[in-house]
Amino acid sequence: MSVHLQREIEKIKKEILCLGAMVEDRFQKAIYAVKTSDQGLAQKIMDTDFEIDKREIEVEEECLKILALHQPVATDLRFIVAVIKINNDLERIADYACNIAKRFIISSHDPNIFKYDYAPMADQAAKMLRKSLDALVRMDVDMAYIVRDMDAVVNAMRNEAYETMKKDIQRRPEMVGEIINMYLISRHLERIGDHTTNIAEEVIYLIEGEIVRHR
Amino acid sequence: MYQTIESIKNKIEIKMPENPQPIKRKNQLTDRNIRETVGQGTVPNPRMRCQNVSVYYNFDEKKAINNVSLDIGKNEVIAMIGPSGCGKSTFIRCLNRMNDTIDGCRVEGQILLDETDIYDKNIDVVPLRARVGMVFQKPNPFPKSIYDNIAYGPKIHGLVQSRQETDELVEKSLKRAGLWNEVKDRLIQPGTGLSGGQQQRLCIARTIAVNPEVILMDEPCSALDPIATAVIEDLIDELKKEYSIAIVTHSMQQASRVSQRTAFFHMGDLIEIGPTDQIFLNPLHQLTNDYITGRFG
Repeated sequence: MSVHLQREIEKIKKEILCLGAMVEDRFQKAIYAVKTSDQGLAQKIMDTDFEIDKREIEVEEECLKILALHQPVATDLRFIVAVIKINNDLERIADYACNIAKRFIISSHDPNIFKYDYAPMADQAAKMLRKSLDALVRMDVDMAYIVRDMDAVVNAMRNEAYETMKKDIQRRPEMVGEIINMYLISRHLERIGDHTTNIAEEVIYLIEGEIVRHR
Repeated sequence: MYQTIESIKNKIEIKMPENPQPIKRKNQLTDRNIRETVGQGTVPNPRMRCQNVSVYYNFDEKKAINNVSLDIGKNEVIAMIGPSGCGKSTFIRCLNRMNDTIDGCRVEGQILLDETDIYDKNIDVVPLRARVGMVFQKPNPFPKSIYDNIAYGPKIHGLVQSRQETDELVEKSLKRAGLWNEVKDRLIQPGTGLSGGQQQRLCIARTIAVNPEVILMDEPCSALDPIATAVIEDLIDELKKEYSIAIVTHSMQQASRVSQRTAFFHMGDLIEIGPTDQIFLNPLHQLTNDYITGRFG
């Protein structure tokens, strides 16, 4: 019974990592599309989001199957619960990648507006995502705590973006729509940071059995 | 026109934890080689209190239980789990001195029932076993009628005087065991003619007829189908309002469904004791985790 369950758990682990890699790729590409004004790439990201949705459902179904057939307890149960939640977080991150692409397409009729470089903020969020998935693979609770601390940086970047754009709106009120659109990209990146933090917190729960959210 | 994030990043202080200090883990699992009990064995208001109980078989040749201290609380169901031969059955058999019947068996330590030492030489085991009743793995009704199965114990213990009192007690016990509606028209038929699940409920009715304080159950559902098991489990939940129940079970799901506390035994040692939800969600000992997740045993 146990070998069977362990095999299923290994399979789920691979699937969630694969989903993680796909999601990371997408939101990196979304940022690249914004940076290089690549409308085609942005459109492609939006058009292929269904692939992530499909994967998400597959992972969830696998988890539900394990719960029904094996009734896991202790570490196995915590693993499945963590994967169900991480799965959800990853799908949301992919949605934000889509949103970023959408914001870009809406504003792209005026290419001059996109002078704002989101690469560092995106880098930070990507790093968090990669580390949170690493923490899951290696069951590394220290790494998960690091991801949690990294969120403050992304938040600070978002706040700075907000202040800057506020001033820009005052200076060029006729551009308010475009500027808000651009600001929303930083908001999406910040939310991506939040979701990677959730993933890290799920890893902490999985390893330590303690819920550290909202602390 | 716009500032870049890069320039903002330089302005704000970014603390990147490059060399993180190792974080102390709060819930590190106890190493599998540590044999001391993890968790709180005592409860504030115990029905039975076991202190440093050790049991030897074969004239001290084999030590079946090693220095176990554990309380049975009032109105609680405590489940004993562990691999075969871990001592869980031996332990609950100590609680009403069933081990006295085994030649060469010796019990060390102290077991108190409401402050009275049950191994005191002045204790008569017959009333003791009425106070601490037992239900076994295989339903074992007496080869008598359903009615007499229930009435036998109370008569012996002098709990009933008249026929009417006996009738009332039989009805009450069968009702509490959830069997009355199924057998009320066939009380004079033999108890052995009932189905397995009904026989087990008959045995439970027989146990509660003598008004015990504690009910010991040794694998009460292992010979029953899932429906009969569910009925017994509901009954256990009902009975805990009035009695303390200690149940030995091989079914981890059963332990998690019916009990409030769970004790995990391994090779005669009480390894871990704790609230059932904690044991099954977040056990503290490596052995407990490995056993309940099926990694050994």
